[in-house]
Amino acid sequence: MLELVDLSHSYGSYRAIDKVNLTVAQGEVVCVVGPSGCGKSTLLRSIAGLIKPTGGRVLLDGRPVRSTPDNLAVVFQDYSRSLYPWLSALANVSLPLRRKGLDRRAREDAAMAALTEVGLAAAAGKYPWEMSGGMQQRVSIARALAYRPSLLLMDEPFGSVDAQTREELEDLVLRVCAHHGMTILLITHDVDESVYVGDRVVVLSKAPGHVVGDLPVDLPGPRDQIRTRELDAFVRLRAEVGRMVRGRHNNHELETM
Amino acid sequence: MSRRIGRAVTGLWIIPVVLIAWEAATRTAAQPYFPAPSAIAVRVQELWFSGPLSRALLTDDAIDAFAPSLGRLFAGWLLASAAGILLGMAIGRSARLADYLDPMLQFGRAIPPPLLVPIFFALFQIGTATQLAIIVFGVIWPVLLNTADGCRTVDRQYLETARVFGFSRADLLWRVVLPAALPKIFAGLRLSLSLALILMVVSELVGSTSGIGYGLLTAQQNFLFVDVWAYIVLLGVLGFLLNASFLALESRILSWHQRAKRTI
Repeated sequence: MLELVDLSHSYGSYRAIDKVNLTVAQGEVVCVVGPSGCGKSTLLRSIAGLIKPTGGRVLLDGRPVRSTPDNLAVVFQDYSRSLYPWLSALANVSLPLRRKGLDRRAREDAAMAALTEVGLAAAAGKYPWEMSGGMQQRVSIARALAYRPSLLLMDEPFGSVDAQTREELEDLVLRVCAHHGMTILLITHDVDESVYVGDRVVVLSKAPGHVVGDLPVDLPGPRDQIRTRELDAFVRLRAEVGRMVRGRHNNHELETM
Repeated sequence: MSRRIGRAVTGLWIIPVVLIAWEAATRTAAQPYFPAPSAIAVRVQELWFSGPLSRALLTDDAIDAFAPSLGRLFAGWLLASAAGILLGMAIGRSARLADYLDPMLQFGRAIPPPLLVPIFFALFQIGTATQLAIIVFGVIWPVLLNTADGCRTVDRQYLETARVFGFSRADLLWRVVLPAALPKIFAGLRLSLSLALILMVVSELVGSTSGIGYGLLTAQQNFLFVDVWAYIVLLGVLGFLLNASFLALESRILSWHQRAKRTI
């Protein structure tokens, strides 16, 4: 459903990403992992139509992406600036639904349902600044869910919350998106997280970023924070991805790519 | 909250101290130009606050002076605010418009509004329209420039979120840009409210036969020094009350902003 063909982008003479080729199938959860400064955010912003890539193409459902596609939602890393502080959680979630042509009642019902799914039904009337970071990110996730996108982009969504909240949110996203059959492209610098969350892990090189590894994650579902992480397959895959991210891969690993 | 009220109250001790010093200084000097505050207070009461209880003690003179003045002040301020916010939003959101208009705005802003009084007379004749024009021209700048600045500097993440979720242009403008710029707009509104009081007086000094400014002028021309001081005190109190009411309104409307700032 998502296809990147030779996607490249430069800021002046600085090449952020260079010829990224990637295909994401319907219903897949793909994690893109790479060292900091490898152009992960540039990649996401190109897909979301927030920047116009200087080279290559982005195809969503076979159609080239111009401006921002209407069947795509983004969960940003910086929840504190992605939610509007002058709106309650409910209003933040329901505001994007105006585009869907729903009346006020239907928008609020859909927003309430999404907030309930992320466990925030009781906090619908609260304002972002009355909530913890984890709660705010849940509201962001609810906003994306209520929008019913066919593709959900997540830009380091758990990068600004504490470790425990992070685990809760990882499981929440896996559970909710499996339930809706949503396709997810999640960008992270955390190797562990990419293997835990993804059906597939795509590794980007240092800038100019390009795909250096594309590994299927063959772990039994549903994932469990303790049991999954102690599986031999998980440990092996994590090590493999980790070495790729650091750029030290031997010949054997190059072949398995 | 109770601590803030407590602090405000403990700050009040300075007022009697200043009043006593003022009283002592004017009595020692014994100059007709500088009447004692006690005399001024008596005159304020005689002039405006010795009316019937049913009208909150306001005298006929008070109503004749205050009503047209406050009417001009608020009409001018509201007109300028509406025009300033709309124009400021357009300028803040369109770099091209800003480039076109910026030299003219800087030029207009630099002109002291009283200098334009003859032009306004020529345009609108003597009367309410001229008085409003003086006030509007003088107070529009803080609102306009602050609104433009607030709309220009909306957090990029707010705008990108709106783009990702495909907000319509109207939703983007009224539901994202305007609220995001509101703290700056209110700073401009508050500044222009205090300017509006000054320009209200200015507008009544020229070509008016009613209002506080006109009263001040007549008192001055008749060498009624205590009356002049009474008008000065009245204007000071009015400015204080306007500012206090505006702050109360602002803290209601911008409570999200003030409370969000405190938690970050």
